[in-house]
Amino acid sequence: MTQPAGELAGEIRKAAAQYPDSRSAVLPALRLAQERHGGWLPPEALREVGDALGLTPAYCQAVASFYDMFHLQPVGRHLVEVCTNLSCALVGAQQVLEAFERELGIEPGETTDDGGFTLRAIECAGGCGKAVVVSVDERYREPVRPEDVPAIVEELRGGD
Amino acid sequence: MATREITLAHADERDLTKLAEYEAIGGYKALQKARKLKPEKIVEELLASNLRGRGGAGFPMGRKASFLAKGTGKPTYLCVNADESEPGTFKDREIMLRNPHRLIEGCLITAHGIESQHVFVYLRGEYHDAFDVMRAALEDARKANLLDDVTVVLHRGAGAYICGEESALLESLEGRRGQPRPRPPFPAVSGLYGSPTLINNVQTVATVPTIIEKGGEWYAKLGPEQSPGTVVFSLSGNVVRPGNYELELGTPLRELVFDIGGGIPDGRELKAIIPGGSSTTVMTPDQLDTHLDFNSVAEAGSQLGAAAVIVIDERACMVQLALRSSQFYMHESCGKCTPCREGTRWMVQLLSKLEKGRAEQHELDLLLSVCDRMLGKCLCALGDFAAGQVVEYATRFREEFQRHIDEGGCPFAGESSLEGIFAPVDQHAHAAGAEVRA
Repeated sequence: MTQPAGELAGEIRKAAAQYPDSRSAVLPALRLAQERHGGWLPPEALREVGDALGLTPAYCQAVASFYDMFHLQPVGRHLVEVCTNLSCALVGAQQVLEAFERELGIEPGETTDDGGFTLRAIECAGGCGKAVVVSVDERYREPVRPEDVPAIVEELRGGD
Repeated sequence: MATREITLAHADERDLTKLAEYEAIGGYKALQKARKLKPEKIVEELLASNLRGRGGAGFPMGRKASFLAKGTGKPTYLCVNADESEPGTFKDREIMLRNPHRLIEGCLITAHGIESQHVFVYLRGEYHDAFDVMRAALEDARKANLLDDVTVVLHRGAGAYICGEESALLESLEGRRGQPRPRPPFPAVSGLYGSPTLINNVQTVATVPTIIEKGGEWYAKLGPEQSPGTVVFSLSGNVVRPGNYELELGTPLRELVFDIGGGIPDGRELKAIIPGGSSTTVMTPDQLDTHLDFNSVAEAGSQLGAAAVIVIDERACMVQLALRSSQFYMHESCGKCTPCREGTRWMVQLLSKLEKGRAEQHELDLLLSVCDRMLGKCLCALGDFAAGQVVEYATRFREEFQRHIDEGGCPFAGESSLEGIFAPVDQHAHAAGAEVRA
C-alpha cells in the first residue's frame, strides 16, 4: 500500500546518511519505494526517490532499469521466480517451471488475470546445493520438486 | 581426506550466528591480537600467508593490500564483495548464514591493517536470509563495542551479476548502473569515491582471523605451495550429495565428486565437469585426477574460479548447455562494450540455430570466430567468460556439435536433461511478443 510520501522520504534520507555521497543510496531508496508501491516502481515512486536524493526521475529510472529486482511494470501480489540456470536446469528446473505454468495458467513473464501471481524464470539464485531453487516473494524455497508446486500455490492463495 | 574447516569451523556443532557462541570458540580473539599490532604487521602476515582471493581471480590479498595508495589525504575504504552470483556458487551465502561474525571479525582486522574506518559489504540483493543474519550479527557486534571507530555498512544489490566485478561493484555502490570502469586507475589507487579501496571476497576476508591467530607462515603451509589454504567448494548438478565442502586446496577432483559427493546418481555416466562456476571452461572425465588448486586447474586448461564444481551427467546435450549458459551472459552483459553486448547475442542466435538443426557448417566456424572477436577485447572479464566457455564446449564436444548439423537436429531427440530449458532472456522476448519456443 502507498504510504505518505513524506514518510518514505524520511526513510530514504536515513539510508542516505550512511554514505559519504547520498547518491549511493539510490539502490536502497528504490528498494524502499518499491516495497511501498505494491512491488513495483510507478512513475511517482521514481519521482519520490529523485526528490529525496536530489536526482532526476529519469536518472532513477535509468538505474532501476539496470537491475533485475526492480520492476517498472506492475507485478502480482505474489512473485514466483524459478531458477533455470545450469545447476537447477540439470536437475529438473524446467519441470518445476512448467508445473507453475500449469498451476497458475500463465507463462513466465506473465501475471494472472486476478493480479495474484507473477511467474518468472531467473538466473542463478545461489542455492545450487539444494536445487531446484524457487524464490517466492523474494524468499527462497529449496529444494522444490514439481510435485511440491500445487501445495505452494495453494498456500499462497490461502494467505490472500 | 583433506578436510579442514576454517571459514565454516564449528558451524556444524554450534549456532555461530550468536555472538556468545562465536566467542566461546575463540571468536574475536584474533581481532584483539590484531589491534595490538601495527597495521603494517597485518599486511605482512597476509603477504606471508599467500592467501589468494576466493572470488575467482585468485589474486593474493596481501599484495592487493600493499598496493593501496598512502598519504593521499583521502579516506581508505574496504569493500567486501558479497555479491555472489557466479552460476554454481553458493559458498559466501553459507558463510554469512552460518558464520557471520567471522566475516565481521575479518572485516575489522583488515580495516585495521589498511587503516580504514569505513567498510562496505556489497551484499547480493536476492540474499534476504544472509542480510537478516548479517544485520543481526553486526548489531550484536556493535553493542559489544567490537566495532571501535569503524563503520560497517551492509549495502544491498538489486540483481545484476556484473556487480560482482569489482569496478562495476564500485559504480553500483556509488549509485549508478553497474557498468565496469576502465583500468588503470586500479581501485587501490582510485576506487570508491576516487579513494584508495581494497576489494575482497567474503571467503577471503573470513579467512583473515585465522591468519592473524596462527600466523601467515602457518597458513602458507596448508595445501599446495602456490595455492595454500582451504576453499569452500560448492558442489552441484548431477551428483548424489551436492553442497558446500570446505577442503584444502589441491583436493583431487575425483575425490570431491565421487568420495565426498557420492558420484553420479542412478548409476549414470559422468560426461563433463565445470570446475569453478559457469565462467570457467568445461573439463572432461579423463581429467578427474586434476588437483583442485589455482595452478593445477590452470595447467589442465581451465580455471578454479570460485571453486563451484558443476557435475554434468550423460543425459545433457552440450549444445543446449552452451546455449543456456550463453543466454545467461547475454542477459548479464552490461552493454558497455560492443564485442560483449553484440557477441553474446550473436552466440545465442547461432547456438539456437545449431540446437534446432538449422545451422549450416560455416555457422559453427562463425560461432568460434565471434568468440575470437570477443576474447581480450572487452573492459571486464564478462566477455572473456562468455566466449571462453563456448569455445571449450564447441572444441571438447566438437563431434556432438557436428552431429546437430549432420543430423539436422538435436541427436538427443528430446531426451536431454536440459530439453526446453527456459531462460530469462526468453522471458523478455516473450514480453515483446516474439516466438520463444521452437
